[in-house]
Amino acid sequence: FIRFVVLINYPLYIRSVPTQGELKFHYTVHTSLDVVEEKISGVGKALADQRELYLGLLYPTEDYKVYGYVTNSKVKFVIVVDSSNTSLRDNEIRSMFRKLHNSFTDVMCNPFYNPGDPIQSKAFDSIVSTMMVQAC
Amino acid sequence: MSPAQWDLPPELCCRPMAFVALTGLDVVYNAIHRAIWDAFCANRRADRVPISFKVLLGDHEYPKCRTKRTSYEWYIPKGILKTGWMNKHLNLVPALVVLFYELDWDDPQWKEKQSECATKVEIVRTSLQGRNTKVAVVLIQKKTPLPPGEDLVASERASALCGACDLSGKSLFVLPHTDHLVGYIIRLESLDVEYLSFAVNRNFYIAEFIYKDPHTFHVLSCRYYRTAYSLVHELRAHETNMLEIKTMAGFINYKICRLCFQHNTPLDAIAQFRKHIDLCKKKIGSAELAFEHTAWMSKQFQSFGDLFDEAIKLGLTAIQTQNPGFYYQQAAYYAQERKQQAGQLCSHEPGVVYPAPDPLETPSGALDFYGQRPWRQGHQSIDPPDSEKEKQGILALQVKERDVLHSELVIALLSNAVAQFKKYKCPRMKSHLMVQMGEEYYHAKDYTKALKLLDYVMCDYRTERWWSLLTSILCTALKCSYLMGQVKDYITYSMELMGRASILHEEQKSRIEKNLIKVLMNEVPQPEPDCDLTSVKTAQSLWSDRISLAGNNEFTIEVQDYVPFVQCKAKFLYPSFHIDEPVQLHVYVRADCPHPVRFSKLCVSLSNQEYNQYCLLEDTSKEKDILETSTQENMCLVPGKTRKYCFKFVAKTEDVGKKIEITSVGLMLGREMGRYVYLNWRGGWGDAASSHETLQASRSFKRRTRLPEQQLDWDTVTIQSSTMIISRVPKISVQLTHEPPALTNEMYCMIVTIQSEEDTVAKDIKLTAGLKPGQDASLTQSTQITVNGSEVCDDSHPALLPDISLGDLQPGQKPLYIHCMSTGSRILLFHVAYSVSATVEGKDINCKCHKDETVTLETVVPFEVAMKFVSSKFEHLERVYVDIPFLLMMDILSASPWPIELVNSEVQLASSMTPIDQPQSQVEGVTLQTSECASECFLLKCPPVQNGTSTVASGHYFISWKRKSAFAETSVVRTIVILPHVMLENIPLYVHAELPSFGRVRESLPVRYHLENRTGLVQDVEIGVEPSDAFMFSGLKQVRMRILPGAEQEMLYNFYPLMAGYQVLPQLNVNLLRFPNISSQLLRRFLPSRIFVKPQGRNGDTSIEAA
Repeated sequence: FIRFVVLINYPLYIRSVPTQGELKFHYTVHTSLDVVEEKISGVGKALADQRELYLGLLYPTEDYKVYGYVTNSKVKFVIVVDSSNTSLRDNEIRSMFRKLHNSFTDVMCNPFYNPGDPIQSKAFDSIVSTMMVQAC
Repeated sequence: MSPAQWDLPPELCCRPMAFVALTGLDVVYNAIHRAIWDAFCANRRADRVPISFKVLLGDHEYPKCRTKRTSYEWYIPKGILKTGWMNKHLNLVPALVVLFYELDWDDPQWKEKQSECATKVEIVRTSLQGRNTKVAVVLIQKKTPLPPGEDLVASERASALCGACDLSGKSLFVLPHTDHLVGYIIRLESLDVEYLSFAVNRNFYIAEFIYKDPHTFHVLSCRYYRTAYSLVHELRAHETNMLEIKTMAGFINYKICRLCFQHNTPLDAIAQFRKHIDLCKKKIGSAELAFEHTAWMSKQFQSFGDLFDEAIKLGLTAIQTQNPGFYYQQAAYYAQERKQQAGQLCSHEPGVVYPAPDPLETPSGALDFYGQRPWRQGHQSIDPPDSEKEKQGILALQVKERDVLHSELVIALLSNAVAQFKKYKCPRMKSHLMVQMGEEYYHAKDYTKALKLLDYVMCDYRTERWWSLLTSILCTALKCSYLMGQVKDYITYSMELMGRASILHEEQKSRIEKNLIKVLMNEVPQPEPDCDLTSVKTAQSLWSDRISLAGNNEFTIEVQDYVPFVQCKAKFLYPSFHIDEPVQLHVYVRADCPHPVRFSKLCVSLSNQEYNQYCLLEDTSKEKDILETSTQENMCLVPGKTRKYCFKFVAKTEDVGKKIEITSVGLMLGREMGRYVYLNWRGGWGDAASSHETLQASRSFKRRTRLPEQQLDWDTVTIQSSTMIISRVPKISVQLTHEPPALTNEMYCMIVTIQSEEDTVAKDIKLTAGLKPGQDASLTQSTQITVNGSEVCDDSHPALLPDISLGDLQPGQKPLYIHCMSTGSRILLFHVAYSVSATVEGKDINCKCHKDETVTLETVVPFEVAMKFVSSKFEHLERVYVDIPFLLMMDILSASPWPIELVNSEVQLASSMTPIDQPQSQVEGVTLQTSECASECFLLKCPPVQNGTSTVASGHYFISWKRKSAFAETSVVRTIVILPHVMLENIPLYVHAELPSFGRVRESLPVRYHLENRTGLVQDVEIGVEPSDAFMFSGLKQVRMRILPGAEQEMLYNFYPLMAGYQVLPQLNVNLLRFPNISSQLLRRFLPSRIFVKPQGRNGDTSIEAA
């Protein structure tokens, strides 16, 4: 399975395939924020500008891998994949995040989108769908 | 099976130590032996080699060794590791037997002793037969040995002894019984180590061959363990021996991980553990006993967590993403899994009982091999030997599993994990685990604890706006509160689950709402779904008991901590209200629940509680049936629609200038007579989610959708939770008439004109006028105000004249006089207060009104006065001389934009100066326009002073003046100017000349010089006259004379002018021999230097005069 989440500290967008075990997945994403926050705060202020947006594997669990990405405006992207999924390497995950970020930027550029509201963009949705098809 | 079945055996977990047996020591009766033993045992610190010592008799029976087998194949059918093996090798079979024997090299009975020693060695050897145990001999000697090589007897006898005992030279030690016993012992021990590296790495059989190293050679032993580990996995695994293999794998894994941690290579430990888990994860074994696998998995994680934690306690640093918490968490996960599987596999029919005879019973009471089934020990074939027995065995295990308190296990593991995550800054993980704990408590039917935990973490999820998670927690919490019959909690959670923060479906919300209404109507709610049936029964009776309304039935919910289904915003219509208009307050209420809901009371609390009675909406009818439809409709909240309630009240006059705040809004659901809940919005609005929503709404660019008439968009309602009561708008006009700028010290007139535009009489008009408070303090001291313009103010007049009572308004004027004593601008305030009666909402109130008028007044100096001292020749004087006349000159320069009339002027001299003539004002009645100047002068002289030179005061100059104005009668102002001080000096000799005002060419010009001695001494004076081109003269050209004190000498010269015009007189040089510092130049200042000489004229021409 693969799951995508965009969040500030609360979710703006959650998409997951398949949908069972959703609650556990939400908990996983929520708890992964601990690591994200620790990683962001670990970076000194001076280095914040040059900070690598991709945070890599946040923490390993038995069943899934959680990857994180944080934009400069502290919007977090999280991708959760099955830990048995070996086809997705770090590079692929990284490029998925980049696509997600680009698409998110487009969403933000929409004058009718109010930052902080849930994302309901069709374009964003279709980008995520494409990536999901590729990943699975 | 005991719950400890999955625990690792204690022999496995303890620190392995080499077992060394000491024989030949009589520790009870022999003091020397005792001392040796104590030296071995005492102070076993960590730096000493880990050895466990034991004193045994020389003929101690060691466990018998089986006869050597020729092939390892022989072992396979039996099992892998015997249960007693580890204990045996740790505590029973020594790695080394040390024989102590008292023997000196020069013992007289050497031969006998030697053979006795050899016998003892032989006895030990025999009893250890077949074991890989080494034997060493220690000779206890009374004499200190000589250095090696010097004692020939000793070396010879030593080799003989070795030969007799069949020992290598390395196995023979000498222990001299001296003072340095401990030192020797330690040395002996280190020799042991050397020994043991060969001797103790005995190969034990775990699987095929496992080298168990009880010593310090971690790396080596680790390698052996790893080999053993891979060998275990190479074993043919099938359902019957799966448990045995896993048990063994677990043991070895434990050892490897432990060694890795000890060796400070935690990453190796983690990698090994991961590998172990990956290998074993799928080895479930018998499906009927799947819970065994999960139990085992759980135990693996738990013991690894323990190892990890132990390593941390010994100094290892863990990180956020790699800490023991994860392993405990995973252990808990498997424990939960186990519980689930146990629930599925062990839910037998009620008739199924524990099988008899007990298939788990073994003849010895224990298992021979780890991980084998008690009913088929040693059996190694793929199929169970007896299928009936197998069934019985499985049933027995299942029945046992049913009695295990799984929840307790889970909770213990979870709380371990919580403690770890707390340490490693994972608040969210901690919350998540606490939720799991809460849920586990819920399953264990400990609802109180469950609720406590859930309630504790709920607010974190609420503030982080993870509604999906909050909803799930709330559902569990609601179940708990239902099962416990906790009314308040039940209501609180229901309200939140019905609200906008909940992601439940409409039908679920609808069910909850119906239940909530039931509770509020004092009925028993429907049970929550998926609850334990017996618990539901208990709960139902609890709820039924509560129908009697015993206990508390009034609940208040502070809304700011929750996100309930009702939202509220209360606002004043305006930020301020005048006292003569009613204060208006709107309360907006909106419900998010699926069905309409009726409330029974809405009340607003204000900071002044007297107004609360006006802001109350109450269901007046006490009975439900006779409700008026209008009220019913009014107090019913339709989902999704915003309802507005308007309140109005007249503020009290004493609240003018005060703030009225909404302290809270309360909404009552339920019935006041029965059970009710009171939702309380502190500050009149907002719950736990509101502030974020307001922020989002304020940011939104979205065009508000047009709503039909009388419907409101919730987001557009802004908050105004306080309002000011301000006084009524005054209907009067205040006008100020004056002629700025003011002149310093004048009585500046301002006329205040007040005109009423009120409909009724304006009473008690009071004017407060003066300097506006809050300005520079110096202005307060230099500004005075009065209503009486006829006399100049003094300090007794205030800067602000309060409450000039003007009585009831007669249209009119009021002149005020302001006395500004310093320049600069100042703000003047004119405050007119009065009262008038008005009618608001049918109420008569006496309103106090006031109007403020301020004006900035510039003050300038009216004129500048410049003063100077000049000589009678109008020369500027820096100092004046005693008794010599001089002039005081005043220049008055007008700086005022308005004309100034100088009424009078006067010089008031100090005692040190006297006027020569009667001083009279020369500027009286002069009017100065802007920048015009008036001058006057006074002829003065100074009487002698005591001591030669001093500065003397001159006195004061008074100018009386007034502004020349057609606007108002002005009073005369007397301005005082302090005259400057001047240097006064005595002069010893005064010279003055007496000469005609002009001369005429070739006519004699008599000049008389007077020399006055002003001292008390006889003066020697040298006088000379310098020749001049313009004059001839007769008289003494050079003379030296004496002038008596106080006497005057007259010198007469006849000058005879030769040229016409202004001519320089022949210069008179006077030298005072006694006062050399009084120069001729100084004295010459008193004398005229030039004279006008007229040409030789015709007769009668006398009109030309010198200037």
